[in-house]
Order: sequence, then C-alpha cells, then structure tokens
Amino acid sequence: MKIKVKRIKEILGFGVLHVCMLCVLMILAVIVYDIVSKGSGVISWDFLTKPPVDGMTKGGIFPAILGTFFVTLMTAVLAVPLGMGCAIYLNEYARDDGLTRFIRLSIRNLSGVPSIVFGLFGVALFVDACHFGTSILSAGATLGLMTLPLTITASEEALKTVPRSYREGALALGATKWQAIRYNVLPLAIPGILTGMILGLSRAAGETAPILFTGAAFFLPDVPNSILSQFMALPYHLYIMSTQHHNIALVRPIAYGTALVLIVLVFLMNLVAVIIRYRLRKKGNAHG
Amino acid sequence: MQRRHKEKLIELIFLFNGVLVVLVLAGIFLLLLKNALPAFKEVSVVHFLTKPIWNPDAYDQATYGLLPMLVSTLMVTLGSLVVAIPLGVGTAAYLSDVASPRVREIAKPVVEILAGIPSVVVGFLGIVLLGPVISKLTGSYNGLNALNGSILLAVMALPTIISLSEDALASVPRAYEEASLALGANRWETVLRVKIPAAASGILAACMLGMGRAIGETMTVLMATGNAAEFPRSFLGPVKTMTSTIAIELGEVAYYTTHFHMLFAVGLMLFIITFIINLCADMIFHRHTRGLA
Amino acid sequence: MRMDKKIRMKARKVEFFYGTTQILHGIDLDIFENNVTAIIGPSGCGKSTFIRLLNRMHELVPSARLKGEITLDGKSITSADVDPVEIRRKVGMVFQKPNPFPKSIFENVAYGLEVNGVKDRHFIEDRVVSSLKKAALWQEVEKRLHDSALSLSGGQQQRLCIARCLAIEPEVILFDEPCASLDPISTHKVEELILELKKDYTIVIVTHNMQQAARVSDHTGFFYMGKLVEFGRTEDMFTRPREKRTEDYITGRFG
Repeated sequence: MKIKVKRIKEILGFGVLHVCMLCVLMILAVIVYDIVSKGSGVISWDFLTKPPVDGMTKGGIFPAILGTFFVTLMTAVLAVPLGMGCAIYLNEYARDDGLTRFIRLSIRNLSGVPSIVFGLFGVALFVDACHFGTSILSAGATLGLMTLPLTITASEEALKTVPRSYREGALALGATKWQAIRYNVLPLAIPGILTGMILGLSRAAGETAPILFTGAAFFLPDVPNSILSQFMALPYHLYIMSTQHHNIALVRPIAYGTALVLIVLVFLMNLVAVIIRYRLRKKGNAHG
Repeated sequence: MQRRHKEKLIELIFLFNGVLVVLVLAGIFLLLLKNALPAFKEVSVVHFLTKPIWNPDAYDQATYGLLPMLVSTLMVTLGSLVVAIPLGVGTAAYLSDVASPRVREIAKPVVEILAGIPSVVVGFLGIVLLGPVISKLTGSYNGLNALNGSILLAVMALPTIISLSEDALASVPRAYEEASLALGANRWETVLRVKIPAAASGILAACMLGMGRAIGETMTVLMATGNAAEFPRSFLGPVKTMTSTIAIELGEVAYYTTHFHMLFAVGLMLFIITFIINLCADMIFHRHTRGLA
Repeated sequence: MRMDKKIRMKARKVEFFYGTTQILHGIDLDIFENNVTAIIGPSGCGKSTFIRLLNRMHELVPSARLKGEITLDGKSITSADVDPVEIRRKVGMVFQKPNPFPKSIFENVAYGLEVNGVKDRHFIEDRVVSSLKKAALWQEVEKRLHDSALSLSGGQQQRLCIARCLAIEPEVILFDEPCASLDPISTHKVEELILELKKDYTIVIVTHNMQQAARVSDHTGFFYMGKLVEFGRTEDMFTRPREKRTEDYITGRFG
C-alpha cells in the first residue's frame, strides 16, 4: 500500500519535471515557428541584396547584413588572437599560483559584465579616449573584448584535450617549449579552438547593446568604406524597425524578415561549429 | 643563449596576454568611475541614491534619482526568477535524472540554441507576440510592462540556470544515489531528498548567475517593458530599468554633460551589482565543488 | 554438532550480462539465515556484480540483463512485476566506500525511515538511537548527532552507513567489501560488528581479503571468471578445499 503511494508520487514528480522540459522545448518552438512563419514571406533575393528605400519602408536589408559581417570580422581580429593567447598562457605556461587564480576569477567576472556596460566602456575608451569615433573599429573592439571570456574558455578546453605526452615527446627531442606548443599542441587543438571561436562570434553577431553607441547607424545609403565608418547591423536594424520607426505597423514584415535573417545567421554559425566539433569527436574516436 | 632569450620573450608575451583580461576588467571599472565622478560635482551621491525621481530634462531642476530604475530592475529580475528557477531546475533535474540518453542528446542542443538566440529577437517577440497576449488577458494597453519583461528575462536566464544546474546535479557522486536506493527510496525520492540537496550550492550558484544575466540584460527589457519614467507601481505597469535608461538616453545626450556622466554612474552601479552577484556565485560554486571532493 | 539453518535466499542458474558481455555464468548459491556468507575471488571475478543482484542494484546500469532466478523466502525477487524498492527495504546494502549523505548524522540514519513513510518523530528518534547503538557508534556520536556526517572518520562513516541500513530493519544485509578503504583498527571494529549482527540478520559479505572471510563467515563461495567454483562451509573450504583452483587461490598461488 505504502509502496503504491510512493510509486504514485514518483510518477507525479517525474511528470512535473517532464512538463518543465516540455515548456522549455515549447518556448524555443514558439520563437522559431513565429519568426520563420511570418518572416519567410518577405525573404527574397532583393531583400537580401538591396538597401532599404522609401524611408526604410521598402527594399532590403543588404547594408545591415554587410555591416554585421564587417563588425563580426573586426571582433574576430581582436578576440581570436587575444583569446588564444590567454588560453595558451593559462594552459601551457601558468603555474597554479595566486596570479593564475586571479586571472581566472577575472575571466569569470568579465563574462558576467552586462553588455550595456561594455557599451559604456566602448564609448569611454574607443569612441572618446582613443578618438576612433563611432565606427566599425570601436564597435568591433568592444564586442571583441566582450567575447574574450567565451573564446578563452573554449580555447583552453581544446588545449586541455591534447595529451600531455605530445608535449613531453617534443620536449624530449630537444624542442623548446614554444616549438612544442607551436608544432605539436596547436595543430591538434585548432579544430576545437575554431569551434569555440565561431560560437563566441555568433554571440557577438547577435549583440545589440554594445554597438548602440559605438558605431551602429540608423540608416546609411552606402556600404562602409573603412574601419572608421559607421555601419548598419542586423540586430540594431531589428531594434529600429520594431521600436523606433515612424510607421511601425507598416514595416512589421521587414522586422520579421530581419529577425529571420539574424537567427538563421546565428544558427548557421552554430551549425558550422557543431559540425566541426562532431567531426573532431569522430576523428578522436578513430584514434583510439 | 639566443634561443633562451627568445623563449623567455614568448613567455612574457603570453603572460601579458593573460594579465590583459585583468586589465580589461579593471579598465572597465576605472573608466566607468572616471566618467561617473564628474557627475557628483553637480549632484550629491545622497541625491543619486535616495531621490525617487529620475528626470534629467526637467524644466527647472533636473533630478537624478537612481531608485525608480533600481526598483524596476529588481522587479523584473525577481519576476523572471520566479519563472526561471522552478522551470530551469526542473528541466535540469529532468535531463540529469529522468531523460533517456537519446532525449538528452536532443535536449542539450535545444538549450544551447535557446542560449544563442539574440536578445533583440526575444525583445521583438515580446512586442509582437507576448505583448498582445498580456494585453488581452489583463486589459492593459499594449502589454509592454514589467510582467512582459519578466517573462522574457526568464527565457534569457533559462539556459544559464539549466546547464549549470545540470552540471551541479551530474557532479553529485553516484555513491549517494546508490545509498539512497539501497535504503528503499525510489528514484523520485532520491532526486528530491538526496541529489538536489547535495547539489544545492551548485544550483544556487547557477540561479545567481542567471540573476546576474537578468539584471544586466538590456535589449529585451528595453523593447518590452514600456519604459515609463515614473516610479514603478505594479507588474502590469510600464517600467524603465537601469539598462534601458542607459540604452535610451546615452543616444540622445550631449557628451560631458552632467546627464552623460550620470549615465556612467548608473552603469557603474550596474557593474558593481552584477560584480558582487557573480563573485558570490563564484564563492558558493567553489564551496559546492570542494564539498563534493 | 551444528544444525544447518533455514535458507533465506537462493540463486538459481543466474546468468548476467552487460550489453553482450557475459559477466556471470550459471550461478547456484544458497544463503542461510543468521549466517555470514562470504564471497571471495580475484578482482574481476564477478563477486561484486553478484551481490548487487541480490537487491537489484544492478538495474542502475541500463544495459544490464539478468537470466535465471533469485528468491527471497521462496518468492522471486527478480521477476519484472516485483518492485525493486520493496526488495531493497528487505535486503539492505553497505558499500565499499563509506557513502554517508552530506547531511547530519541524525538525518542520515532517519533517511531510510522517512522515505519509507514513517512520520512519527518519537519513533524515528528512538530508532536512530537504537540503530546507532547496534552499529556500535552511539558513544562516539551521542553529543554530535546534528553535525555533518562528513565530519566523521572513515571507519565511523562506515559504521554510520551500517546504522543507516539497520534503521529500516532489513532482513538481509549485503556488505560489498566494507573494509576495503578502512585502516586495520576500523576494520577490526566492523568485523566485530558483523559477527554481532549475524544474531539478528542474514549477512552476505564480498571481500578480497581471505583472512577476513575466514574470520567472519560461516559459508564461503569462491568465484572465478564469472563462475562459482566452490561453495561450502568456511572451515571446510579453508582447510580442505575440493577444487584445485580454490586451493591455489586461498594459498596465495594466484590472485
């Protein structure tokens, strides 16, 4: 009898947990369904390749796509080498001392700094103090620093998977430490690092708050011609089209289209990362 | 000799690269401070921390009270946690203790994808999807209010809470589980009475990190909470959080004015609050991992 | 002359698999009431796997598969319609490494009662005290019942796990190498305790320590490569084993 009560409680309890999981699945399903169903109608070749016209009530979003591409590239230029460098230091050189613990603590805290605070920081440092103005450079640098915790952690994970013996083997043959890292460790870690970098950049590509005041522009008829130009960006464009435009109801389809392009872009980057990780895992298994 | 110098130099470069992270964090704090301080030449700290009105454009006398936006931020954050913690911890427990390996294989990427959805997209859906629903259910004007923001923030905080809570549950030694089952507990009792308590500090840390996320989240609240400058009264009324205030006003303000510096002061407060929360989460988390060792 | 006692548990034609790997082959074994039955054998022989079948702890591994039958008082415990929770309340288990919950000493012992639906606080308190006394731990923890169980020494933790198991009044207690991680003094205490407990309980102990088997058990089974090579009275087995492999093992020629 008691056993039966216990069993019923178990079924109910697990049922509640199951419902929690289904809720989370549903949230994602609703988000994806709504955007795909209402956004796919406006997607066309022209939408992707033409600039907005008629006070942004018609036309495409090409400059925003291009702007997001440029600023993400700028982000990569900063985040990739610095993220890798820091990871190499932590995994290969650092001793387990106070400084290392302090660096790790800083990384964890940096990852918790709100994106709008990074925006303020970008304004104060790059726009104002460095005189880069509102530009691709300022926005990309801000996003690059913001992405650092992600890229460092991912790179370090990748470096950790390289067996100790690879380093020892190289060192025993008379290689210097840097040679061992350069020729024996990095080649094996690169795919893993790449996965992490792409995931980090996909986050950066979707960010809005840090670029609000560091370079994103409401509307630019021309494509940016230098890293000191302002730029249009997909996430910012979506924000404008859904809150700031003078005729919001009219441009709602364009907003949906922009949202769809943005999430497809982010998903594609994630997909590439997942594929690299998957192939890497398979190769790892083949090795033994 | 040459080679040794070169190696030393390379190590130094990497060391500098490592220290750079510390410098960035310190730099953020110092630059916020530097740009916030001039504001307090005009306005006292007491004024900033106690005045219940934020009205920089007032006709006669501008007031810069942090309280309305601080309360707004706390409101939407707590509201989001009420939704996100049970849902997130429940999902984590499901994934770690109920789901079959195949379900887990599917669910894990779902959580990752949810984490990857840009906040501006979530905010957009708050306007076009959730707003009308709330408006219909509660009769409020457009459904852009604290309730809307809370629900969206819950969506933003969920992936953090789920994945870190699941890690915490997974790190509970199998021996506890075995002991519980051997004493005649079933799996539900084992999850509820042994695994969740044993993972409690890890789960708490996860929830705190989720909370830090929610406090600092900008675009969702900027787009979905209505942004009225008045003191927040209810979850069905519009609110303007710290993050939205910065996001809206920094674009309109002239550089080096008191208002400009005040926005940095708000940013500084935001930085300090999230920093403390993250630091606490970190300490709790380390107690968790040490406790299980 | 000693009377043979009643048989409590029986294993018949037990075959056990992890996925496609067969771990146990055709085990037939009887467990007598108020006896200590020791299971010995080299590591990897299947002895720990076998003891986990006796209260269905093997089901925690999804790919585990069992053939044959195990009974308790003549009733099958292995058929699909028997709830493992019910079996585990009758057949308790003490593990190789002490595994108290990260709760207080009191809560550890009370846990089994609470999950089995006991609500009466007085009853629980009395049972906690009596279980700790039976496990010879009472004097050491009397004044710190609400301290964390993790503050105890390894030997004390293991006796706490025994007390925790006694609290739900099982009929059979399984010990899976209970002294493997303990120092000699703690080991001695646990062995004394086992001898004391056999008056009231039926006990099965897995051990890799043959002296321990000889000291505490009445019957011994020798497992080798997933087979039960020999089973009999402990004194017979250690003085005149029937099988060559048993003799080799207990005289230390392999293992």
